[in-house]
Amino acid sequence: MMQLAVSVHKQLGAFNLTADFTVTGQRIGLFGPSGSGKSTLMHLLAGLLKPDRGTLRLDQTPLFDSANRINLAPEARRIGVVFQHNHLFPHMSVRRNLLYGWKRTPVHERHIDPEAIIEVLQLGKLLDRGVNLLSGGERQRVALARTVLTCPRLILMDEPLTGLDEELKFQIISYLNSVFSRFEIPLLFISHSLMEIRLMTEQILIAEQGVIKRRMATEELARSIWSTPGQSYVNLLHLGRPQPLGDLWSYQWGDIRLILTEYGANNENIFELDAREIVLFKHHPEATSARNVLPCTVRNLFTAGNRVRVELQCGSNTLTVQIVPESKRELELAPGKEVVAVIKASAFKKVL
Amino acid sequence: MPFLQPSDLDAIRLSFQVACAATVVSTPLGIGVAYVLVYTRIPGKSLIEGLTNLPLVLPPVVVGYLLLLLFGRRGWIGSWLMEHNIQVIFTLTGAIIASSVVGFPLLVRSIRLGMETIDPAYRMAARTLGSGPWDTFFTVTLPLSGKAVFVGMTLMFARSLGEFGATIILAGNIPGITQTIPLAIYEYTGTPGGDRMALSLCLVSILLSYVVLLISGAASRSLDRR
Repeated sequence: MMQLAVSVHKQLGAFNLTADFTVTGQRIGLFGPSGSGKSTLMHLLAGLLKPDRGTLRLDQTPLFDSANRINLAPEARRIGVVFQHNHLFPHMSVRRNLLYGWKRTPVHERHIDPEAIIEVLQLGKLLDRGVNLLSGGERQRVALARTVLTCPRLILMDEPLTGLDEELKFQIISYLNSVFSRFEIPLLFISHSLMEIRLMTEQILIAEQGVIKRRMATEELARSIWSTPGQSYVNLLHLGRPQPLGDLWSYQWGDIRLILTEYGANNENIFELDAREIVLFKHHPEATSARNVLPCTVRNLFTAGNRVRVELQCGSNTLTVQIVPESKRELELAPGKEVVAVIKASAFKKVL
Repeated sequence: MPFLQPSDLDAIRLSFQVACAATVVSTPLGIGVAYVLVYTRIPGKSLIEGLTNLPLVLPPVVVGYLLLLLFGRRGWIGSWLMEHNIQVIFTLTGAIIASSVVGFPLLVRSIRLGMETIDPAYRMAARTLGSGPWDTFFTVTLPLSGKAVFVGMTLMFARSLGEFGATIILAGNIPGITQTIPLAIYEYTGTPGGDRMALSLCLVSILLSYVVLLISGAASRSLDRR
């Protein structure tokens, strides 16, 4: 577990950044709109910018301490950075880019084998190419491998998926997941995309107008953002391996089974399910065209304008449903009430 | 070439010697000055900038005269060099110094433009990958400004081949010792009946400059392709 303790202030022209937090975890997100100070914090952590005052500490190592005049150089911090525009060295081949940091890592710290990361990120065929001939996704994979090979104590990723198209984005996320679970490197993932943050992290820091103080569980943020107009909540379901069921697929979800139209080839498949796609019934409908009929218990209700968010307990899982206030009255919904959630097999959309 | 005198061949050889030596000696210094101007925030930076650019706008004769004062027997550097028995005035060294000073602004300008166009993020990336400031300079900054350094060297080489004003004052016009192509042409034009010989040296000069241009163009294209 990585522990990061930050209490710094930095002024850049008219922009002021105040960051004051302590986080412990493996996968931390830093979430906020552009211009909220996310990148500035990343530069401060990496040592590329010097704070005006305060302290920065990673595990037991002070990185910066204005009172004791400590300011470790970037190369001494052992914090890796994957930049948004990856910044592969244009005068080097893929291989030389990959090994640039590895060669500069002290031998006793090199606990990641270049062959292993080349295999995980499928870079074997690219090694002798010039970096200018790579596609966007390939560049991002090379940049990630280059940083991972320095065996850092923490990797900072600054919007690494921005600018990639949707399909490529999710492909890279699955690469990221396999890298970070295999090599167990703590991650600080910076993004303005809620979906990316939810897929990559467990807890998040919120950046708002130059202040980074608030910390919460990622799911908590996903629920709280729902109350802004036009936003709908999306359930992310981690399902097991599919089994064929007629011409459909059956997946294990916690202690219940779900029936979907879509096939997922992984051991763990992530599907998204819009909260508006779920229909609630008072009693079990005898017959319905929808394939999934789940008995649930209402845990909580939140109303915002003409929308009601219902949090359900379905066996060991939680599910969030969005309905209108009129339905809430007719169903007599209240915490503890038993309801039946009905979902069509085609309502699930595969993410990973 | 039968139409060239033996002294002309000397002049060509000397021109090459001076241009090569001036370029080779100035390049590391030029890279250093360009680096300081682009990447550091030291006091007196504008003074350094002004001093390096001055020879570009001053008449070369003025530069030559100032060098003469500096390197003369009673000059700051000259008197110190005298103690170590080193003679600069009226020697090949003098010609090299004159060429170096006059060509230096062109070299620095070109390298500086090259360094300014490098995205600072490459240096940041190198630092976060564990590379120290010097390491980053030699493995990232310098290779990425390679083309600009080369262009600067070509400009300086060409400028040195044609250097006249500062050289004639600091190094004189001694055939076989300091007489480069431009000085030889100058002498021919002052000699009755020297027109034809001046013209043949002019042709050599044109040819040389053209070859330098061709080489520079070819090399810069091959650097582009990498």
